[in-house]
Amino acid sequence: MLTKRIIPCLDVDRGRVVKGVKFFDHVDAGDPVEQARRYQDQGADELVFYDITASSEGRGIMADVVQRVVEQCFMPLTVGGGIRTLDDATRLIQAGAEKVSINSSAVKNPDLLSQIAAKFGRCATVLGLDANRVTRDGREVWEVFVNGGRTPTGVMVMDWIKEAESRGAGEIVLNVMNADGTKEGYDLEMTAAVSDAVKIPVVASGGAGSPHDILAVLTDGHADAALAASIFHFNEYTVGSVKQFLSEHNVAVRLV
Amino acid sequence: MIGILDYGMANLRSVQKAFAHVGEDAQVLSSIEDIRRCDRLVLPGVGAFKDAVQTLRDRGFDQAIINHINSGRPFLGICLGLQMLFDVGYEDGEWAGLGVLRGECVRFEVDRTLGLKVPHMGWNQLEIRRASPILKELPAGSNVYFVHGYQVVPVDKSVIASETDYGGAFVSSIWRDNIVATQFHPEKSQKIGLQILRNFAEM
Repeated sequence: MLTKRIIPCLDVDRGRVVKGVKFFDHVDAGDPVEQARRYQDQGADELVFYDITASSEGRGIMADVVQRVVEQCFMPLTVGGGIRTLDDATRLIQAGAEKVSINSSAVKNPDLLSQIAAKFGRCATVLGLDANRVTRDGREVWEVFVNGGRTPTGVMVMDWIKEAESRGAGEIVLNVMNADGTKEGYDLEMTAAVSDAVKIPVVASGGAGSPHDILAVLTDGHADAALAASIFHFNEYTVGSVKQFLSEHNVAVRLV
Repeated sequence: MIGILDYGMANLRSVQKAFAHVGEDAQVLSSIEDIRRCDRLVLPGVGAFKDAVQTLRDRGFDQAIINHINSGRPFLGICLGLQMLFDVGYEDGEWAGLGVLRGECVRFEVDRTLGLKVPHMGWNQLEIRRASPILKELPAGSNVYFVHGYQVVPVDKSVIASETDYGGAFVSSIWRDNIVATQFHPEKSQKIGLQILRNFAEM
């Protein structure tokens, strides 16, 4: 039976892991290789590295980070953040990333998903999606945001996921911004709606505050995997303790 | 020496580093002459069946791989490197494979039939069907990492080393003589995967 995946997410700025506290005050949290090894030892199923480096000259550093991580960590790595071209994606995959996650660039240029899927396969092509519940003309809609969640696009979540799937995305990481960083739980309604609407796996992101939240999104939220950052970074829970909890609640997970 | 064939279609570094971690010297190969010289050959692969097979043919690697296999030296196929061993693949059309093993590579239909997600992506268990050199010394129910939308269907069922359940059993590894191949990624399967690579190095 296919197990549900638990995926720690690490933000990387100029080659160092940083931990954001409520969207700002990023603090240095160490070497990516050390952090990745720590999560591997805890039984993480995959890792996501998100490059938040603002400057373009800092971008090349991410490929070096990936190269160093794959020497020590033998599990799938997804890299997201700032991938704008097929060359950017190629560089990261050749460095050892299993998958690349495309967010803003895919909205601006949906053909990028098709290009990456054609070259590396659907399985290596991940759509990253920042979604927000907003009010437009007096009613609530689910809208796609870009540029780190700062810019609304006018594109609706449910339309965009279908298009991305048809263009070659093999997985969707759905980050619901209203929930992100709140630790009040994932957006179960939106996650379930997205997961039910596509045939590709959906990774839930944004809002994890406890093992209960992760349990909820993997069951009621219909997610195939749960991504979390802060609850693992600050050692509130280990990946292993979350998986133990899930297992006790009859969710199939890989225990190490 | 273990050779990992570079034909521009795979994440070779991960495989190379995983072998290095278990103390095996694995080199990336990019010529027919390299293939001729290596003791053990690894054929990894991601991407589309058609493009991968075409690239092998364009570079003359298809015959070099078959010669390696016919010589009796150990061969490991990973993911697409398993799928391409068969007669035919049906990804975006109908494409001839290497034809080393009888059978075909077909799409997972469990999304249409059972509402399951495709690609089959994540950790799933090996159900060992017979003792094989590649899967020796693994704990029962070992989890390995899969990411694929197609599966192989061998004509000769006796080549099946393990199956895995995803809306029904599919072939997750094969073994015949000096040929072993996995649908999953040993290089991404942590300790279990490293043991499998060690097993290959000792075959």
